[in-house]
Order: sequence, then structure tokens, then C-alpha cells
Amino acid sequence: MTGSKAPARPLSPHMQIYRWPLPMAMSILHRITGGGLYVGTLLMAWWLIATASGPNAYASFGNFINSWFGRLILFGYTWALTHHMLGGIRHLIWDTGRGFSQSEREWLSLATAVGSVGLTILLWVVAYLSIGGAQ
Amino acid sequence: MTEHRTPLARVRGLGSAKSGTAQFWHQRLTAVANVPLTIAFVLVVVALLGRNHAAAQQILGTPLVAIVILLFIGSITYHMRIGMQVIIEDYVHEETAKLALIMLNTFVAIAVALASAYAIFKLSFGV
Repeated sequence: MTGSKAPARPLSPHMQIYRWPLPMAMSILHRITGGGLYVGTLLMAWWLIATASGPNAYASFGNFINSWFGRLILFGYTWALTHHMLGGIRHLIWDTGRGFSQSEREWLSLATAVGSVGLTILLWVVAYLSIGGAQ
Repeated sequence: MTEHRTPLARVRGLGSAKSGTAQFWHQRLTAVANVPLTIAFVLVVVALLGRNHAAAQQILGTPLVAIVILLFIGSITYHMRIGMQVIIEDYVHEETAKLALIMLNTFVAIAVALASAYAIFKLSFGV
């Protein structure tokens, strides 16, 4: 270090120093879910191409997506999609200059977190019910 | 008043705001489009769950479904290209690597868009 002459003041604090405020956590998750959706788009392309290719390719895709690993990926994709969408709507609200007070920031960020988990579970319940209905 | 622009810039009449914020604006534009299109896409996926190939083929080739999915593909691939470019520009500072990744990002986005759109066209028009 620089020795005894160094001024006694804190070094510049970084993310690991303090408790994560909720809006910061949601902002970081917005980027991570965006990156996840980028990769997830390849899955959508596979699904569409497989359907266009014929019954065998469609069955191969079905085998993957119906495996526990495929379902896990799809569950994560669902959450990433709802989280990124709600976070995106929050950003669009902020783009208009609204929603920047302390309580509004907290409320909007909490809505993204709770809403994305709630919507994901709701979608999967609807999905399982509709499969049950179709069979 | 000091004139900062070069003669060429003056002749073209383009200030930085003319194209400098285009990417930012397009990100918002596609974000707004993505909301209803994604909801529609999710509804189509839920409607297709557990169906056999013939049914999936038939539903995805229905004009309204095909058009909505084509719009969805166009909007999300454009949006994801912008988003990934921002991520690359934020974290990759080495000039060659940055340029290469931004190019690769564009190739991936266009490939996903065209491959998906081709699949929808094939499902719609047969052959």
C-alpha cells in the first residue's frame, strides 16, 4: 500500500461492498435475462424448423423439450421472458420520466420480481391444465 | 457562435441527433412491439402444447398465426441484436474482439430471423 501518508478515507466502493438495492438487482437481472432470451431464441428457431422439416424432426425436438432438462430450460425461458417483459415495461415507464421517486422505484422493482415469478407459475399451471384437456 | 461541424457535416445537414440515437430509439420501438407480440406468441405456444406434428403444422401455417409469428420474429431478433451489441460494447474493450463479436452478433440475429421466417413460410405455403 502507499503507507501512512494515505488519506484515511474509504476506497471507492463497488457492488460487493453494500447490500443490493432491489432496483439494482432487477437491473442486473434484466441484462442477464436478456442474454438468456438471446440463447433461448435458438430454441424457438429449432422448434419452428423442426415443425417445418417433418414428423421425425418434430419428434426429436419433442423428445428434447419433454425431457426433464428440456422442461427446466423451458421453465427458465418462461421466467426470463416474463421478467424481461415486466422489466422492459418498467424501463418504458422510466423513459417517460415517471416513477423515479424512492417509493415508486421500490414498488416497480418489486412488481417485476413478484410479477415475473407469479406469471411464470401461472403460465405453467395453465400449460399443464391445457395439455390435460387436450389429451 | 462557434461552428464545430466539419464542412461535410454541414453540407449533409446531419447533427448527431439525426442518427446518433437511432439504436436507442429502435430498442424502445421494438420493445413496445415485443409486448403484444410476445403475449400472442405465448398464447400460440400454449395452444400447441402436446399436439402432434400434423396439428402443429396446420396451426402454425394458419395465416393469422403465421403473420403474428413473423412479426414476432422480426421484432425480437432486431431487439436482441441491439441488446447484445450493448452488452458487448460494455464488457469487451479490445477493439478487434469487440468488432468480431458485434459482427458475429449480427450474423446470429439475421440467421435466427431468416431460418425461423423460412420455417413459417414453408409451413404456410407447403412444398
